[in-house]
Amino acid sequence: MTVTAPERPSLKHRLAERGVDRTLLLLVPGVLFVVLLFAYPVLYGLQLSFQPAEGGSPFANYSTFFSDPYLADTIWTTLRLAIPAALINVLASIPIAYRLRGRFRGKRFLTTILVVPITLGTVLTAEGLKQYLSPVGWFNRILMALGMDEPMRLVPSWTAVLFSLIITGFPFAFLLTLSYLSGIDPTLEQAAATLGADWRRRFRYITLPLLAPGLAITFCLTFVLAFSVFPSAYLVGLPQGETRVMSIAAYEAAFRDGDYPMGSTIAVIMAVVMLVVIALVLAWRSRLYRGATGGKG
Amino acid sequence: MNTAFAELHIDHVSRAFGEHIALRELDLTIKGGEFVALLGPSGCGKSTALNCLAGLLPLTGGQILMDGKRVDTLPPEKRGFGMVFQNYALFPHMSVRRNVAFGLSMRKVARTERERRVDEALRLVQLTDHAAKFPAQLSGGQQQRVAIARAIVLEPRLVLMDEPLSNLDAALRLEMRSEIRRLHQTLGLTTVYVTHDQEEALALADRLVVLRDGLVQQIGSPEEVYAHPANRYVAGFMGYRNLLPVAMSTSDTVTGEGFTLSGVNRDGLTEGAAVAAFRPTDVTVADTEGENTVRAAVEIVEYHGREQAVEARLPGGEALHVRTESRLAPGDEVLFHVPRERVLVFAP
Ligand SMILES: Nc1ncnc2c1ncn2[C@@H]1O[C@H](COP(=O)(O)OP(=O)(O)OP(=O)(O)O)[C@@H](O)[C@H]1O
Ligand SMILES: [Mg+2]
Repeated sequence: MTVTAPERPSLKHRLAERGVDRTLLLLVPGVLFVVLLFAYPVLYGLQLSFQPAEGGSPFANYSTFFSDPYLADTIWTTLRLAIPAALINVLASIPIAYRLRGRFRGKRFLTTILVVPITLGTVLTAEGLKQYLSPVGWFNRILMALGMDEPMRLVPSWTAVLFSLIITGFPFAFLLTLSYLSGIDPTLEQAAATLGADWRRRFRYITLPLLAPGLAITFCLTFVLAFSVFPSAYLVGLPQGETRVMSIAAYEAAFRDGDYPMGSTIAVIMAVVMLVVIALVLAWRSRLYRGATGGKG
Repeated sequence: MNTAFAELHIDHVSRAFGEHIALRELDLTIKGGEFVALLGPSGCGKSTALNCLAGLLPLTGGQILMDGKRVDTLPPEKRGFGMVFQNYALFPHMSVRRNVAFGLSMRKVARTERERRVDEALRLVQLTDHAAKFPAQLSGGQQQRVAIARAIVLEPRLVLMDEPLSNLDAALRLEMRSEIRRLHQTLGLTTVYVTHDQEEALALADRLVVLRDGLVQQIGSPEEVYAHPANRYVAGFMGYRNLLPVAMSTSDTVTGEGFTLSGVNRDGLTEGAAVAAFRPTDVTVADTEGENTVRAAVEIVEYHGREQAVEARLPGGEALHVRTESRLAPGDEVLFHVPRERVLVFAP
């Protein structure tokens, strides 16, 4: 009598168990796209940054960057703009989204209005802001009409850049926060109410903790948007001073001085700084509760 | 803390959503310690009534009085009513213990007292071993019990339950049903319980309120509602599955197509169209033609253990539902009998 060993499942079957089957082919266009348009340029820039224009050590560009305060300080300049902008965007969107989370008339109209600044893009916004806040712009004309003697000098300034980052970043943060909020089961708040929590404590103990992971993501996204600010820092800011952000330094290195490797180096450092901030935020987020928003049936 | 009350008067409470009136002039007085079930088909306004009581929905008419004092003007957090939600609404980011403790922390109950009462509540619902878990790590029945513990730990003067058992499987439903009744009795609660399951309502409640389209159809004890349904809708809901369109011939006999029945005239009809209502379990197989016999052709037979559920076709084409221990087969021409005292005649 022969005992046949249990037959090994076919290779195809075993691969399918691990999620490898023909549907993977659907990913091919996406992977190609990422490789050609993202991975290749990034890797190209990365290797370029290690080939200094004047030759020498592969790290020469990096040591130049960190030893030259004019360059190294752009990190702080950029963070000083991007972090407040991202914080303001997130913090301002919480109460407004909380207030508007239910269904009401005109919600679609409001969201449309809010999407407009996103579609306008940063250049147009910065241009508009420059006109609006200029000494002969509307803002000053209104102030003068109200009895001011002299127009205020509002542009160029750090505040104007921050303001433009809020105009473009806030709608984005608001829409994200709103969608995270509407993912929270409304009966949770009702339950808290029947247990004696007024709206403040419902917000503090129920909504906010459930919203926090979403807020972390929202912060990261608006932070990244603000960190790579270029047009408004140039147009309404002080590109040689208070708003000399990293993208300006990179632009100057590559296109004014023709030093592509240095430009790439600054771009790589920008990416690393952003990744560090995002990693910190996500590390904080991983300590939060992150289950399905909303109660299980 | 929450003082018990003698009487909660729901005084002609209405709630409309735009044009649609979900609850019409609900008028009901609940005594302290009572177990009241709101019963009705889906969409009849049960949840609306409960949410109005809890303060989660503003009233569009009427008022709610507790021992003569208005409570419908209070926000939910000031009413001191406990509520068990249909989907449990457990806080997913808190452990079982913190879920149950939530109401006590909101009321600033001191820590030792709070711990004691949480332990007590967890013991009551037999969840002591699961105190450290999160809601997502619990089975449906356990989540259910957390929801109940969270509501009763405050010793609320009124407990509201919105179809708390509808998401559970049949066996667990029976178990939790006795659990709820047991808690109601041992803690001396006053409970308003919403369900669309007549059996559940009959088993649990001291008093039933049957709703249809936002309108109260009947209020009464389980016996009253079961044996003396007020109209054909309540009858239909209470297991009178046979609702045959008939015409009155005398004050206690009616004729349908191909049959004549004697019954109890509930609406004082003397002529015109009516509905003859009786339960499938009251129908038996007859040997000889006589009073209250009808002939019907068996179409569908379902096996239910000792009994069979039979659907037969009457000469006029209406379905006759029968539950019987006699063994019947599709295609049989059978003579059925219904005792006259079991046939209720209602206005259509
Ligand atoms: N927020 C709302 N807006 C508009 N109509 C509503 C709203 N809530 C409920 N209704 C309507 O009111 C009626 C009663 O609803 P309710 O939720 O009280 O029904 P129910 O008896 O609890 O039903 P179910 O057993 O399905 O839970 C329904 O017709 C429903 O469509
Ligand atoms: Mg309901």
